[in-house]
Amino acid sequence: MSPALLELVLSSTLETLYMVAVAGLISAALGIPLGVALYTSRPGQILARPALNSVLSIITNIGRSVPFIILMVAIIPLTRLIAGSSIGTNAAIVPLTIASIPFVARLIEGALNEVGPGLVEAAQAMGATPMQIITKVLLPEARGGIINGLTITVVTLISYSAMAGTVGGGGLGDLGIRYGYNRFDPMVMLVTVVILVVMVQGFQSLGDHLVRKSNHK
Amino acid sequence: MITLKNVSKTYGSGDKAVVALKDASLTVPQGAITGVIGLSGAGKSTLIRCVNLLERPTAGSVVVDGQELTELDESALRSARHQIGMIFQHFNLLSSRTVFANVALPLELAGISKDEIKKRVEPLLELTGLSDKAGQYPAQLSGGQKQRVAIARALASRPKVLLCDEATSALDPQTTASILELLKDINTKLGLTILLITHEMEVVKSICDQVALISGGELVEVASVGDFFTAPQTRLGREFLNDFLELEPPRALVERLEATAGPHTHPVVRLAFSGDAVSTPLISRLARECQVDVSILQAKVESIQDRTLGLMIAELMGDSRQTQQALDYLESHDLKVEVLGHVTRTA
Ligand SMILES: Nc1ncnc2c1ncn2[C@@H]1O[C@H](COP(=O)(O)OP(=O)(O)OP(=O)(O)O)[C@@H](O)[C@H]1O
Ligand SMILES: [Mg+2]
Repeated sequence: MSPALLELVLSSTLETLYMVAVAGLISAALGIPLGVALYTSRPGQILARPALNSVLSIITNIGRSVPFIILMVAIIPLTRLIAGSSIGTNAAIVPLTIASIPFVARLIEGALNEVGPGLVEAAQAMGATPMQIITKVLLPEARGGIINGLTITVVTLISYSAMAGTVGGGGLGDLGIRYGYNRFDPMVMLVTVVILVVMVQGFQSLGDHLVRKSNHK
Repeated sequence: MITLKNVSKTYGSGDKAVVALKDASLTVPQGAITGVIGLSGAGKSTLIRCVNLLERPTAGSVVVDGQELTELDESALRSARHQIGMIFQHFNLLSSRTVFANVALPLELAGISKDEIKKRVEPLLELTGLSDKAGQYPAQLSGGQKQRVAIARALASRPKVLLCDEATSALDPQTTASILELLKDINTKLGLTILLITHEMEVVKSICDQVALISGGELVEVASVGDFFTAPQTRLGREFLNDFLELEPPRALVERLEATAGPHTHPVVRLAFSGDAVSTPLISRLARECQVDVSILQAKVESIQDRTLGLMIAELMGDSRQTQQALDYLESHDLKVEVLGHVTRTA
């Protein structure tokens, strides 16, 4: 592989990591609170708001049901508004983030659902406020499940980001399509695939390690 | 002190309504231990959860330490709950926190400083025998140790009242005994008022001052433990006691028992004696003074806290005048006498 191509591989890898990191951070920052809201507003829960819960749930489901490739195209006007352009790495971050917020939210909701109701009850008996129950009981007790959910999100983002690449989003997907597919360079294709595999393996192992560390059960 | 007045609780409404508690009234005096005993589904958990309003009563009044809880708003109720500790059958410890941090939790919730928390948690770990376990996680502890952590945690906010929902039901008999001992110990040392629920008479017998019997959501009998064990007033109370004491007449005898006395029958009696009567040679005196023969079918001596309780099932053999005299004699000596039936003379 030529040095120029090698440099391209490196910069594409960094682009992918950049997209995944930014989209991952923003969707965690918004998805975790949404997941907490989805869980705690359920009927019978500490902040029971059945009407709000239904609305949040429907919005989340809509977000989850649109295939990523369609979402990406459908929200181009919004992407232009936020990123100033509809192509490039920054532009790809917008649909990536929007697709993964509801994804994260459902995974967090599921993780919180694993916390025994007895723990919430014990905290209530101690006079904890709903906010204290969230920060001192629900989130810490669900830590393993939350890290697991975020790991799944990152892995999903890696594959989505490659998809975004195919429509001009930059990153490894872009590289694979332009060199590996259009110019039929099997070497570039192979390298792209290997890097993606290594990335996914790396994040999964890191996630598993953190889950294990946080698990005292 | 805890006072429940006419507390009722109905779950759900319409067709699906379940009446779990009906008009329950109960007072747990300051510094006393009261046990609520009943079968599964009787409403025990509902009753105890109504005390700290984990379950809001449908009707009635709940007064803890002079404060009517049902009238408080959310935030006042939260502060009132700092004064009410609670422990559970399944411990409900946070698996993500160490023993120390679990005990510290109620103090963190109350916004107490780190230094102060350390000062308060350490003596509690000592009191509950957990000083060497401070840094461990609940998963590394045995059931009894977990319940000790839960007790330390419940005491952290220095409550006046402790609620125990089947606190020993998940533990083996030896561990149960040690946890009960700890509860009794903190009751004495800290003057803590304790309301506990259980389905085991053993628990009531070993640490309670007062017992309340619950059935179908109603408190059917409330009595001091001494009175309850010597003379339960209700049929259910007697059933519980007999099951516990395992003092039932032998099956062969039950089959021969007749409800009414005939010309050739002997009474079969259950005698319960406590206090002085236990140490008096009553049976031999009875035989001498009333000229009856006493055939002892079963007998047992139990110590219920500071009282000794003797129980006996016996057949009184003599003519009807003699046996009547014997019954009068027994009653005049403060024995609880219950005629179970009559058997036809075999001799
Ligand atoms: N949240 C609830 N919703 C509907 N019904 C309930 C609820 N909690 C309890 N019940 C019903 O109320 C009745 C009393 O239940 P409770 O849990 O107080 O009994 P218990 O005496 O504690 O039984 P156990 O010894 O099995 O714990 C039962 O018939 C139960 O099915
Ligand atoms: Mg119960």
